[in-house]
Amino acid sequence: MTLQELRPGQEGTVVSIGVRGALKRRIMDMGVTPGTVIKVIKVAPLGDPIEVNIRGYELSLRKDEAAQIEMK
Amino acid sequence: MDLRIALAGNPNCGKTTLFNELTGSKQHVGNWPGVTVDKKEGTYKKDKDIVILDLPGIYSLSPYSAEEIVARDYIAKERPDALINIVDGTSIERNLYLTLQIMETQVPTVIAINMMDEVEARGDSIDCNKISKMLGVPVVPIVARSGKGIHELMKVAAEVGKKPQKSIMKEIYSSSILDGIEQVKTILDEPQSSDRDWRAIKIVEGDEILLQNLSKDKKEKVDQVISEIEKEIPDVESEIADQRYKYISKIVKAAVKKKHVGHVETKSDKLDKILTNKFLALPLFAVIMYFMFSITFGEKVLFVLPGPGVWLQDLVVNFWEGPLTSFIVNGITSLGASEWAISLVESGILAGLGGVVSFLPQILILFLLMSVLEDSGYMARVAFVMDRIFRKFGLSGRSFIPLLMGFGCSVPAMMATRTLESEKDRRLTLIITPFMSCGAKLPIYLMFAATLFPNSNQTWILFSIYFLGMATAVIVGIILNKTMFKGGESNFIMELPQYRIPTLKSVFIHGWEKVKGFAIKAGTIIFASTVLIWLLSSFSFTLEYLPEEEMNRSIIAQIGKVLQFIFVPLGFGNDWRPVVGTLTGFIAKENIVSTFAVLFNAAEGVADAAMEGAAALPGVADVFTKVSAYSYMAFNLLCMPCFAAVGALRKEMGSLKWTFKAIGIQMAVAYIVAFCINIIGNLLVMIF
Repeated sequence: MTLQELRPGQEGTVVSIGVRGALKRRIMDMGVTPGTVIKVIKVAPLGDPIEVNIRGYELSLRKDEAAQIEMK
Repeated sequence: MDLRIALAGNPNCGKTTLFNELTGSKQHVGNWPGVTVDKKEGTYKKDKDIVILDLPGIYSLSPYSAEEIVARDYIAKERPDALINIVDGTSIERNLYLTLQIMETQVPTVIAINMMDEVEARGDSIDCNKISKMLGVPVVPIVARSGKGIHELMKVAAEVGKKPQKSIMKEIYSSSILDGIEQVKTILDEPQSSDRDWRAIKIVEGDEILLQNLSKDKKEKVDQVISEIEKEIPDVESEIADQRYKYISKIVKAAVKKKHVGHVETKSDKLDKILTNKFLALPLFAVIMYFMFSITFGEKVLFVLPGPGVWLQDLVVNFWEGPLTSFIVNGITSLGASEWAISLVESGILAGLGGVVSFLPQILILFLLMSVLEDSGYMARVAFVMDRIFRKFGLSGRSFIPLLMGFGCSVPAMMATRTLESEKDRRLTLIITPFMSCGAKLPIYLMFAATLFPNSNQTWILFSIYFLGMATAVIVGIILNKTMFKGGESNFIMELPQYRIPTLKSVFIHGWEKVKGFAIKAGTIIFASTVLIWLLSSFSFTLEYLPEEEMNRSIIAQIGKVLQFIFVPLGFGNDWRPVVGTLTGFIAKENIVSTFAVLFNAAEGVADAAMEGAAALPGVADVFTKVSAYSYMAFNLLCMPCFAAVGALRKEMGSLKWTFKAIGIQMAVAYIVAFCINIIGNLLVMIF
C-alpha cells in the first residue's frame, strides 16, 4: 500500500521510498524515513495535492509523489 | 576585529524575525553572486563589531537548490566565526535534521530554540540542557518575536567560537558508514582543511557537486570505497538520512515532553478547515485576491472606499509632474537654459525618473500585503489549492499570484516571483507575466476601439484581447515547459507552516527593502532607456533639436521608416508611425496613445480625449484596417514590456542572458501571434 491510497484521517508507517535521486533526497530531508508515522489530513479542494502530518508538522505533496512512499 | 555570525535554519523557523530583532534597521540586502537568493547582512544593535549574516532558509545541506548551495558553501567554505542555528521548537524533529548536518561542518554552533512561547502554550516542554549535552553545543531558548532571550543568545554566540567544535559523528552513524568516512578522509588527504569531515560524509552520501570536483584519481578510489559500502548498505544516502533521524528521535525522546501524544489539532488546523475547505477555499481565495488587487491597483475598494494604491500614486505623480517639475523647469529657464536643455530635463530626465517614482507607492502597498500573506503562512495554502491547475503548464500553484498581479502592473508582479521556490518556475513565470495585459495597455485598446470599432461591441473587443493574452501565456508555458525547461525539476514537497500573525516590523522591513531594491536597480535601466528614447525622438540626424510637432523628422521616425517593412506581414508595415508608437511604448505602454496623438496630428484636446477612448483620431482609420488594428494591439500586448518591467525582469532573472532570452521569446511570440491574426483576420474578412 502507498501513501496515495490512504484516506484523510488514516495513518500508517513508512516502509520504503520508491524513487531515487533528488526527489528521494528531498522526501527524506523532510523527515519521511522508514518507520515514521504519517497521518493524512486532507486532500486539496481540486483533488491534488494532499496534506499530511509527520513528525509534528504539516507537509504537502502531490499524489504522484505520495505514490512513491510505501506504507504499512 | 569584526566577529561574523551567520544565522541558519529551516524556512519559517523565525530566522528573519530574529535577524530583524538583532540588527534593527541596520541591514544591507543584496544578492548572492549568480543566483536570485537574497543575501542579508547587518550589524548587531548592541555591538557594532559583530556582523550578522542571514542565510537562506533551508531544510538540508544537500546540493539540490540554489538556496542550499549558497548556504552550504558559505558555512563550509567561508566558515563564519560562529553560527546560530535557529530551531523551531514546535517542529523540533525536522529542524534538528539540519542541525546535525551543520554540526558536521564543525563551524562553532549555538542552537537557538525558537517559539518557546508556543511550545509552552501547548503544554509541552523542552529540556535545553539535555539537548546541549547530547549534541555537545550550547542551546538557548528564545522567543524571537518578542525578543526574549536573544541577547543572551548573542553572548553565547560571541563566546562559542573560541573553542573548537567537537564531532558527534560517532554517536550518529553505524560502524560501516564511519569506516567509509575515514577511508574517504584518507583519500582526500587534506589534514589541514577544516571542512574535510563534512566533505567526507557528503561524498559518502553521494553528493554530486563534491564528487565532480574530485581529481580523476581520487574519484576512482572514492568510487571503490562507496561500492564497498554499497555491498552492505544498498542505498547509502537514505541510510545516512535514516541514521540521522534515528539519533534525533533519541534526543527528542530524552528532552521533549509532550502533553498529548500523536497528532493534536492546533488553532492552525482549525483555521485550515475553513481556508482550505473543499468548498470554501476557492471563493475565500478570490475574496482575498480581490482585496489585494483593489487595494493596490483599484480606484475604488468595495466600490466606495478610495483605493490607497491609486490614491498614493496620484499624489506622488501630481506632485512630481506638477510643482516639482515646474519648479525645476522654471529654475533652469530663469537661468537661461536653451530650449533643448529644458526639454531634456522635462521630457527626458524628469519624465524618466517620474516613471520610476510613480511605481513606488503601488510596489510598497503590494509588498506590504504580500508579506502579510507570506509571513502568515497563507501563501503556502494558495500554492496548495492552486497547484493542480498550474502543474498542467509546468508551473506550481505559487505562480498564480505573480500572474494575477500582472493584470495590474508587470513590475510588482515580476518582483513577486521571488516567492517561487524553484528557479525553473521563477523563470517561466517571469517570461509569461507580461502576457497578462497590464493597466497601461488599456488606453491602447480604448483608442482603437473608439477609432476603428465604433459600431462593434467594445466590451467584447477588450475582453477578447485580455483573453488572448491569457491563452498565449498558457500555450507558451506549455511549449517552453516541453522544450527549454524540459526535465526541469518540479516537485511539490512543501511544508505548510503554522498560521502566525506577522509582526509589523517584519512586514515593513520587507516592503521597504523591495521598494529600495526596485528604485535602485530597475531605476537605472528605466532612466537610461527613457533618456535614450527622448534623444532619438527629439533630434534629427543632423542633430537639430525638433519640437514635438516635428517628430516626423526625428531619428526615431527614420528608424521607424527603416523598420516598417518588418511589420508588413503583420498588417501595419505600410506606415512608419505605428512602429514609432511601439518604440515609444517601451518607455510606458500608454505612450503609444500620446505618440499617436502627436503623429496623427490630433487637434488640441483630442489627444486627451483619445486617452479616454471618447473621441476618434481620424487619421488612424486611414492607416489601419480593423484586422491590422487588432494585430497591432496583440503585438503591443505581447512584445517586450516597458523598460520598467524589463528592469524588474533583469533584477529577478539575476542574469543578463536570461533577460535577453525572455525578451527574445516575447518578441517572437508577439510577431507570430500578430501574423496569425493578420492572416486569419483577412481570410475571415474575405469570406464574410
